[in-house]
Amino acid sequence: MQLQTMAAEKLSPAAPPADAAIAIDDVTLRFVTPDGHMMTAIRDFTMTVARGEFACVVGPTGCGKSTTLNLVTGLLRPTTGNVRVMGNPVTDISRDIGFVFQADALFPWRSVIDNVAAGPLFRGTPKKEAYDKARDWIGRVGLSRFEKHYPHQLSGGMRKRAALAQTFINQPKILLMDEPFSALDMQTRTAMQDELLGLWSGLKSSVVFVTHDLEEAVALADKVYVLTAGPGTVKSVYRIDLPRPRVMADIRYDPKFIEIAKVIWSDLREEVQLGQSRGLQTGH
Amino acid sequence: MTAISPTDQAAARATSIVAAEAQARARLRKRHALVIGLRLAILVVFLGLWELCADYNIIDPFFFSSPSGIWEQIWSWITEGTSQGPLWLQIYVTLEETFLGFVIGAVGGIVAGIILGRNKLLADVFSIYIKIANSVPRVVLGSVFIIALGLGMASKVALAVVMVFFVVFANAFQGVREADRAMIANAQILGASPMQITTSVIIPSAMSWILASLHVSFGFALVGAVVGEFLGAKQGMGLLISTAQGAFNANGVFAAMIILAVMALVVEFIITRFENYVVKWRPAPFNEQGA
Repeated sequence: MQLQTMAAEKLSPAAPPADAAIAIDDVTLRFVTPDGHMMTAIRDFTMTVARGEFACVVGPTGCGKSTTLNLVTGLLRPTTGNVRVMGNPVTDISRDIGFVFQADALFPWRSVIDNVAAGPLFRGTPKKEAYDKARDWIGRVGLSRFEKHYPHQLSGGMRKRAALAQTFINQPKILLMDEPFSALDMQTRTAMQDELLGLWSGLKSSVVFVTHDLEEAVALADKVYVLTAGPGTVKSVYRIDLPRPRVMADIRYDPKFIEIAKVIWSDLREEVQLGQSRGLQTGH
Repeated sequence: MTAISPTDQAAARATSIVAAEAQARARLRKRHALVIGLRLAILVVFLGLWELCADYNIIDPFFFSSPSGIWEQIWSWITEGTSQGPLWLQIYVTLEETFLGFVIGAVGGIVAGIILGRNKLLADVFSIYIKIANSVPRVVLGSVFIIALGLGMASKVALAVVMVFFVVFANAFQGVREADRAMIANAQILGASPMQITTSVIIPSAMSWILASLHVSFGFALVGAVVGEFLGAKQGMGLLISTAQGAFNANGVFAAMIILAVMALVVEFIITRFENYVVKWRPAPFNEQGA
């Protein structure tokens, strides 16, 4: 098969194995909007993330990318189908989960160190231990000089570093990321992607990374899920066999990378166009 | 591509930077002095015109008083005391009523605002009653309180409480409702319990709203206490005003008004200091940056 030589192997979606870190099995999610209409956010959605695997989800705007993350946290419940995290059905927000938001979710009234220590403190870690740990993680993301700064005194990239430290300090087995770097400029984004891969390789969490940026997805992921225009379902799945460790600044000039991105883009393009034209019709 | 050597003229540039900085600082100082000077000038012109108009009977000092008359009144209150006892006692009584009313009303408003802000059902059920209660002209309640609680302190405190409560409640409620969804979700996933979310996300993010209402509502508490004293009291600044009014003593009314204004300004200053301490995490407003 020609695709395999290009390192982008198209996989057929199959029922998830029992030992997967995240298993979303044939899930449909409907909800009633405040004006009383039934909306289908995602339908017949199946997705598996193995332990230690980095999965990216790409798709047109409004196709339910973020919905998949909220299914894993338990903030949303599937209408049909089931969701398992580490083999157990999702009932409550699991302690194993870490979440990095698109928007700034740092607490603006807390300094960097208070923000990073928040997780352990919420979970009942003694104060001194929590702060020692926080100092360690702030060091790892390179913010040691800014411990006492408040978020508004930091640049966008530094705030993202603080947000990463805040999430990673809980050492989540499952890491969910909702377009975390989309608000950053190109250079800062590349730096943050490297930072993320560095932290991830130390922790070996299973990651679901939602993005609308296909190149970001290919550069980061082991596996890329392409969703259809809403109501979202999996259009195709690709395995990305680029060697690790990867260097973000260089990888986008790698011919193999370009080849893979082209293949997936040809798949994604029609969905994006569909999503755009539908958006123009409905005004969303 | 040729790199340009930065050592050229570096020393000259450094001295010109120092000079420019000194110039900029001098400009800032000058502007500050100008603002203060203009403020003083306006005060002097205003008081001077008032005094002159009163001296030449362009306005009747019997009705509209004059700066010197007001000052004489304040001075005689300070040195000889008022008809109802020393001036300090009157100020103290009014301040005590105001503070008690302010604290009780503010705490009640904050607690009620947070509870209703966090509970959709309670909010939907009670919102209509709060709207009704809020539309009653609250000063009228003063008469009810005087009948029920007598001429003492309790009736004034009660009036100050109802004046403060609704303002603080409305702001606390709005502040809780506006708390950022992503921030709440973040705290939840980081492991916060519902109680921890309230104390470490909801309350801090409602704080700017609450503090803004505290500024306004201290003035309301003062109005409540003074109006209460007006309607019937044995002591206080409000009684001083109504006594002066009964004796057609315009000097007395104005003098009491100025004392009340000074009291309000002093407390306003203290609240601002407190606010700056509590919300030191907030960026400076745009118009103050670099000032």
